[in-house]
Amino acid sequence: MNDGGIERAQAKVLTSVWAAAGLTLARDLRLAFRKRGQLVQPLVFFAIVTTLFPLAISPELSRLRDVAPGVLWVAALLSSQLALEFLFRDDAQDGTLEQYALSGQSLSWLLFAKTGAHWLLTGLPLALMAPLAGLSLGVPVAAVPGIVASVAVGSVALSLIGSMGAAITLGVKRSGALLSLLTLPLAMPVLIFGARATELAVKGESYGAPLELLGALAVLGITLAPLATAAAVRVNLE
Amino acid sequence: MAWTWFHRLGSPPYIYNLAARLTPWFAWPAALLMLAGLVDGLVLSPTDYQQGDGFRMMYVHVPTAYLSIMIYTTMAISAAVGLIWRIKIAHAVAASCAPIGASITLCALVTGSLWGAPMWGTYWEWDPRLTSELILLFLYLGYMGLRSATEDVQRADRISAVLAVVGIVNVPIIHFSVVWWNSLHQAPSLMRLGKPTIAVSMLIPLLLMLLAFTLFFAAVLLVRLRAEILSRERSASWIREVVTP
Amino acid sequence: MKALSDFFDMGGYAGYLWPSYILTFAVVVLNVVWARRLLARSREEARRRLAMRAGTEAGAAPTRAGEAT
Repeated sequence: MNDGGIERAQAKVLTSVWAAAGLTLARDLRLAFRKRGQLVQPLVFFAIVTTLFPLAISPELSRLRDVAPGVLWVAALLSSQLALEFLFRDDAQDGTLEQYALSGQSLSWLLFAKTGAHWLLTGLPLALMAPLAGLSLGVPVAAVPGIVASVAVGSVALSLIGSMGAAITLGVKRSGALLSLLTLPLAMPVLIFGARATELAVKGESYGAPLELLGALAVLGITLAPLATAAAVRVNLE
Repeated sequence: MAWTWFHRLGSPPYIYNLAARLTPWFAWPAALLMLAGLVDGLVLSPTDYQQGDGFRMMYVHVPTAYLSIMIYTTMAISAAVGLIWRIKIAHAVAASCAPIGASITLCALVTGSLWGAPMWGTYWEWDPRLTSELILLFLYLGYMGLRSATEDVQRADRISAVLAVVGIVNVPIIHFSVVWWNSLHQAPSLMRLGKPTIAVSMLIPLLLMLLAFTLFFAAVLLVRLRAEILSRERSASWIREVVTP
Repeated sequence: MKALSDFFDMGGYAGYLWPSYILTFAVVVLNVVWARRLLARSREEARRRLAMRAGTEAGAAPTRAGEAT
C-alpha cells in the first residue's frame, strides 16, 4: 500500500523540475503538430476576422489605420480564445491530468509548461502574423516592431489568463460561452494596454509605457495564474 | 472552551437559527437609516456650489458602488474560507452574496451613468474605474453562470470559489484606479488616509446611507443564507422542527 | 406649492436624479422580495421532501420487513 509513496518519492528524485517541464512542453508541442489542421485554425480565424473589418467599415486605408490597433487586438484575443478550450480537455479526458496531479511534481509548474506550449503555438504565431494584418489595414511599416512586441508580450498574459478560465470550466460541457464570459473580463486590461501600445506604435510615438505595463501584467500572470489553474484543475479532478 | 462558538459557526442548524434571529436586527435599522438618510440627503443638506442639486445623486451612487465592492470582498473571503478549510457554510454564504452583488453593481453602474451624464457630458466613458466596475459585474455573472452550469453542488462550490478568489484582483484596481490614472471619475474623498475632503453637512447623510445599505445587505444575505442552507441540508432531522409551522 | 415643485425639479437635474433614486430603491425592494420568496420556496420544498420521505418510509417498511427474511 505504501508503494505509491515510495515510487512518488523516487520519481521526485529521478525527474528534475526542469526536465518535467521540458517533457510536458515537448509532449504538448508534439501532440499539437500531429494535428496540423487544428494548429492553424486560430491563425486562419485571425486572418479572417481582420479581413472582416475592411469589408464592414470601409476600404479606405486612412480610416482603417485608425481602428487597426483595436481590430488587431480584438482579433488576437478572440483567436487565442479558440485554442483555449482544448488546452486541458484532451488530457482531462484520457487521464493525463490526473497523472500530472499525482506525479509528485508541482501541478502548477506542469500546467505552466502546458500554457507555455499554448503560447508557443498560438500567441507567438499571432505576434508574427499581426504585422501582416496590420499592414493590410494601412499601418506604416515602421510600426511593425511595436506591433510584434506588444502582441508577443500581451499574448503571454492572455494565455495565462485563458489557462485559468480553461481550468475552471473543465467540468462544464460545451463551455465555450462560459469560458469567454470568465476569461474576457480578466483579459480586458491586457486588451486596453495592448491596443494602446499598438496605437502609439502606429502613430510612430514611443510605446514603452504601455508595453511595460503589458510586461507587468504578463509577470503577474506568470506568478499567480498557474496557482489558480492548478487549484481549479484539482477541484475538477476530485 | 473558547473554540466552541467557532465550531458552532460551522453547524448549519445553529447558523440557520442565528440568521433567523438576527435578520430583524439588521432589517429594521436599515429601513430607518435609509429613511433618515433620504430625508437628510434630499431635503436637509445644502445645495452644492458646483453641482447644484445634482450632487444628491451621490447619496445613492456612492453607497451602491461601495456595496458592490464590499459584497464581492465578502463573497471572495467566504469562498476562500470554504476552499481552504472546507467549511460548507462558507460556500453557502458566498453563493448567497452573488445575486445581491450583481444587482447592486448594475445599480451602481446605472446611477453612476445618470450622474455622469449631466456632470461630465457623457453617459459612459471607458476610463479605468468604470471599466473595472463593469468587469466586476461580469465577474458576478460569471460566478453565477459557473455555479448553475456545474451539476454537483460540492464541485460548484469549489470551482466557483476559485473563480471568486481569482477575481479579487479587480477590487484594488477599482479602488485605486482613480489614484493611479488620470480618470474622469473623481479621486477618493472618503476612503483615504487623512481627513475626508467633503463637507460635514453632506457627509452625514452619506454615512447614514452607507450604513443603511450595509445593514440592508446583511439582512438580505441572512435571508438568502437560510434558503441556501435549507436547500443543501436534504436529510437533516433538524429541518423538521424548523419548517413545520 | 412652489417649494414642492422646486424640490421635485432638483435644480434642473430631475431627469437624472429621480430615475437614479427610483432604480436604486427598486433594486433594494426587489432584493428583499426575491430573498424572501426564495426562503419561502425553500421551506416549502423542505416540507414536501420531509412529507415524501415520511410517506415512503411508511409505505416501504412492510416490504423491507418482508425482504429481511
